[in-house]
This record gives sequence, structure tokens and C-alpha cells, in this order.
Amino acid sequence: MGKTIIEKILGRKAGRDVKPGDIVTVNADRVMLDDIMMPFIVSKFNEMGFPKVWDPDRIVIIFDHLVPASQVDDTRAYRISEEFIAKHGIRRVHRSDGICHQLMTEAGHVIPGDVVFGTDSHTTTYGSVGAFSTGIGYTEMASILGTGRLWVRVPSTIKIRVNGKLPGNVMSKDVILRIIGDLTAAGATYKALEFTGDTFDNMSQSSRTTMANMAIEAGAKCALFSPDEKTAEYCGITLDDFQKNLRGDEDAIYDQVMEYRAEDFVPVMAFPSQVDKIRPVTQAAGTPIDQVFLGSCTNGRLEDLQAAAKILKGHTVAPFVKLIVTPASRKVYREALADGTLEILQAAGAMITHPGCGLCCGRAGGILTDGERVVATNNRNFLGRMGTSKVEIYLASPMTAAACAITGVITEPAND
Amino acid sequence: MEQFSGKVWLLGNDIDTDIIMPTEYLVFQTIDEMKPYAFSPLRPELAGKVSPGDIIVAGSNFGCGSSREQAPEVVKALGIKCVIAKSFARIFFRNAINNGLLLIENETLADDVREGDQITVIPGQKVLYNGKEYPIADLPDNLLEIIDAGGLVKAMRRLNGLDLDKDQEQAGEQAGAPAGEQNQESENGKH
Repeated sequence: MGKTIIEKILGRKAGRDVKPGDIVTVNADRVMLDDIMMPFIVSKFNEMGFPKVWDPDRIVIIFDHLVPASQVDDTRAYRISEEFIAKHGIRRVHRSDGICHQLMTEAGHVIPGDVVFGTDSHTTTYGSVGAFSTGIGYTEMASILGTGRLWVRVPSTIKIRVNGKLPGNVMSKDVILRIIGDLTAAGATYKALEFTGDTFDNMSQSSRTTMANMAIEAGAKCALFSPDEKTAEYCGITLDDFQKNLRGDEDAIYDQVMEYRAEDFVPVMAFPSQVDKIRPVTQAAGTPIDQVFLGSCTNGRLEDLQAAAKILKGHTVAPFVKLIVTPASRKVYREALADGTLEILQAAGAMITHPGCGLCCGRAGGILTDGERVVATNNRNFLGRMGTSKVEIYLASPMTAAACAITGVITEPAND
Repeated sequence: MEQFSGKVWLLGNDIDTDIIMPTEYLVFQTIDEMKPYAFSPLRPELAGKVSPGDIIVAGSNFGCGSSREQAPEVVKALGIKCVIAKSFARIFFRNAINNGLLLIENETLADDVREGDQITVIPGQKVLYNGKEYPIADLPDNLLEIIDAGGLVKAMRRLNGLDLDKDQEQAGEQAGAPAGEQNQESENGKH
């Protein structure tokens, strides 16, 4: 009987053949703890009575939601985190390097085939390198810190096959938004997504990351790409036999197979205020906007900033529009600085902020108020996500965001 | 885990966490204060009539909605022995096990069973009702240990050699754990 990617990863961990529905206990290769959850995790860990963590080297602590601090109480989380880091000798710590989901793969904490848990729902992101990664609560994280283990239920898999060449004005963001619209926000609950087809083979590692990041918006437990040479180069490794074999077998059993032709995709947006309310950009064309946000763990990588800069080059942002650019990491920031991308964005009128979660989680750097409308490249448009509950958030690709910033109205990027 | 029998409360599909524990009552500091309002948007009488050892049988996607850990905690605090549903929402499933509430999946029981009837559960094997057997999946020992201990925090304390005397005293009690204030903060947080 053939296996899906997730069955292979969890089967190796369990030391036996596994099938959907089985509950297995697995050792975590790495865990990710973010600053905003640290006070709760530490409190539960202490209540559980563990004298020490199971393995300091498998623990990554990232300050991203709360840096730089925007409220006076934010630094309390730093203090609690620093005490915990010092007490347990944790060395994998990022205090201002960028967003957790970018750093976990970029800084080499995750490689293909790993099992990773994080205290944030967008932990699905590392499926972009063929790792099983998913979000959990702080109570469970506390127990992993003590034991190194967690139980998981083996999910069934939805295979998504796309072949062909995407139109020039379509990015991977448009592809995943369309898929979420087709699946609906609960359509992949408890399930794994598995991406296959030459469109994904030809896709950059960065574009794959955008898609795995957003899988949770369809309820998915994880979203897996097959690691290839691009993945190996990004992770700085040579793929071993197990990693090379992380692809769905021909005779594996899938819940459902969704097939698309790449040529059929068009630029789309998630209209306010549901992630699965997906419409073509043209349907809202001409709608005035107040702000554009280019950034986040979904679309704050060099490729995203370059795609926007290509459209913005030689143009100026509409006078009433605030364009906020937040690179996903310090590394992305420095690369975009070095190659002139930030210069183009800056010249066009962008405000460039320090890498972090800031605006995407509605804490800092461009919060909006009643009646305002924003085109944003992040992953959620829930009511109140980026300010008050009467802000309209349209989720879109970096290209669409750039086209909108120039005109000041919702605009489909040119296909050339 | 030993086999047990209980009286059935029958609910439908998509019983969400706002039905199980409406947002307006999350301001209470303890689960005991929330208990009378469990399921109140759908079945306001239910919380007052449940007896310890009763069993909830429901359709698909039980516990969908938010991640509030108060939802499984209040079901447990009511004395519900287990929930048998066609399927559970992912986060509710984990939160339930971690709060010591037994969940069982079965595709057909909810279509056959009538409210108020008695059913017998043989954990890891089957449910017996009206002369018919309904197969259920096996739970590994470590999950049963969490449920037996009364939740993940208590299980971890036991693992670490704490509360051993207290566990023996409390064996057989139905009381749920008090609500943590942190749970509410987490629920309200945006990340």
C-alpha cells in the first residue's frame, strides 16, 4: 500500500506503518515558542513540576509579536523569556531577527522530514520544506518542553495537483487563496494538504512558503511540498534517501484530489471579512483604499518585495495611500537593501518598518480605524485583525498590492 | 479504562464552542460558575438536568469554532463521562484530551440512538446499544493516562512524582479543574 507524505513522516517517527486516524506519539525534532505565549508556557511548565527542559538544543524562542514593544506591558514577556532562556541554557533565540515562521527555515532550525510544533497557528509554514509542522496550545507546549513528545492523529490527505504555467500577474498567493475559496475555511479541518504537479516543481521555495503558511486558513493540520534541489539549497543540506522519498506514492489513498490548470488562475482577493470569500480582483476594481500593507510571514520575503518593486519602479504611491512595507526577517531586509529593492520602494513613497508581526496581528505600525480600507498581503482578514472591527481588509498578492498602491483604488496588476 | 454505561444526551452537527460555552460567560473566573450556562443557546435546560456519568452523542464537527479551553472543561465539569460524535474539530479534540475529557468517534451511533436511552462503552473496542455493536478506534495508553489523570497538567505532575497522595484521595470524583485565567487571555489574544 502506498503512502502519502504525512504518512511517511509520522510512520518513521512511530517506527511502524501508520494510517489516517491512528494516534501516535512522536518525538519533536524542534519546537517554536513565540514571545506572546512565553508567559503562559512558562507558568504551565512550572505548574507541571519539570525541573528542566528535555533538550535545550531543540527549543527555539523567537521574539516577533512584541518587538519593538508597542505597549508598556510587552516587555514583561521579554523578562519572563530571558529568565527561562538563562535558566535552561537555550541558545536558539532570536530577539529581533524577524518573524518566527520565516526564521525557522531561513535560520536552519527545520529541515525536510522534521516534526515541529509551535505555539502559533501558522506553524504549518514549514511544510514548504517538507516538514510536518503544526500549531498547538501553550499547555501542550509546556508538556513537550518537559518530555520532548506529543501525540498526534495521523491525518488523511487532500492532494492538490496543478500543472502548467501561471499567468504573469498571478503569484502563489493567488493560487492558495483560490484553493482556500474552493475548500472553504473548514474544508481541510484535520487533514493534510499535499501539493503536486509541475507548477509547484517550478515554483520558488519562497512561493511555496506562502502557500504552506496559509493552509491553516482552510483548517488544515499541515501542508506539504516534496523537497527537491531548491529545498536542499535553501536549507543548506544534501537530501538523504528518506527526504528524497517524501512524495506521495502513486497508490497512496487520498481523501480527495483537486486538479487545476495553472493557466486558469487569475489575480484574486479575499474580500472582507472571510478568508474564503475569494473573488477576482477585477470584481472590486476602482474601490478606493487608504492603506497597503506589504509584508508578514505570508508575503514578506525578498521575492515578494522585488515583485512589488518591479511594479512600483518609477511610480509614486497615491498621495492619500500609506504604503507600509515590513520585510519578514533581518536577512530579507538586508538583501533588499543590498539589491536596491528597498531604494525603489522608498522612492515610491513606502514606509519601511523593522521585521516583525506588528501590523498583521494588529498591534503596531499602521493600525486602521472605522471606515478605512486596506489591501494587505498577510493571511487573515478577520474582523478587527488590523484595527477596529469596521476596517475592511482585502487580502492579495504583492503584485496586486503594488498596483493598488499606485492608483489608490483596487487594481488588477498588468499581465506582462 | 474500564467499561461504563450512561444515559444519552443527543445533539446534532456542528455543535460549536459558542454553544458549548457562550462568550459572555467566559468572564467568570471558574468553570463551576460557567456550568449552568453550558449549551444554553441550544438547550438551556440541559446543564441543569445532566447527571454525572451521562454521555453526549452528537453528529459531525463537534467543538468547531474557537480554541477556548473552557469548552471541554465545562463539559467535563458537568460530569459528562464522554462525548461520542461522528467527528470532532481538531483544536477541541486536543483541548478535550488535555483537559481529561474522553472523546470517541463513531459514524452511525448518532443516527440510531434516542435521547435518554442507556448505552455501554467498552473503551478502545465498541459501544453497545439496543443489541447492536458500534466499533470504535483504539486510543493509545498515553492518551488514556492523560484522561485518567484528569488532564495534561495533572498527568505531567504525576509524571514528575507530584500529587501522588492527592490523586488517590480524588479518585472517582467528578469535579473539573478550575478555569485558568490564562485560558481566557489566550482566547482573546490575536496571533
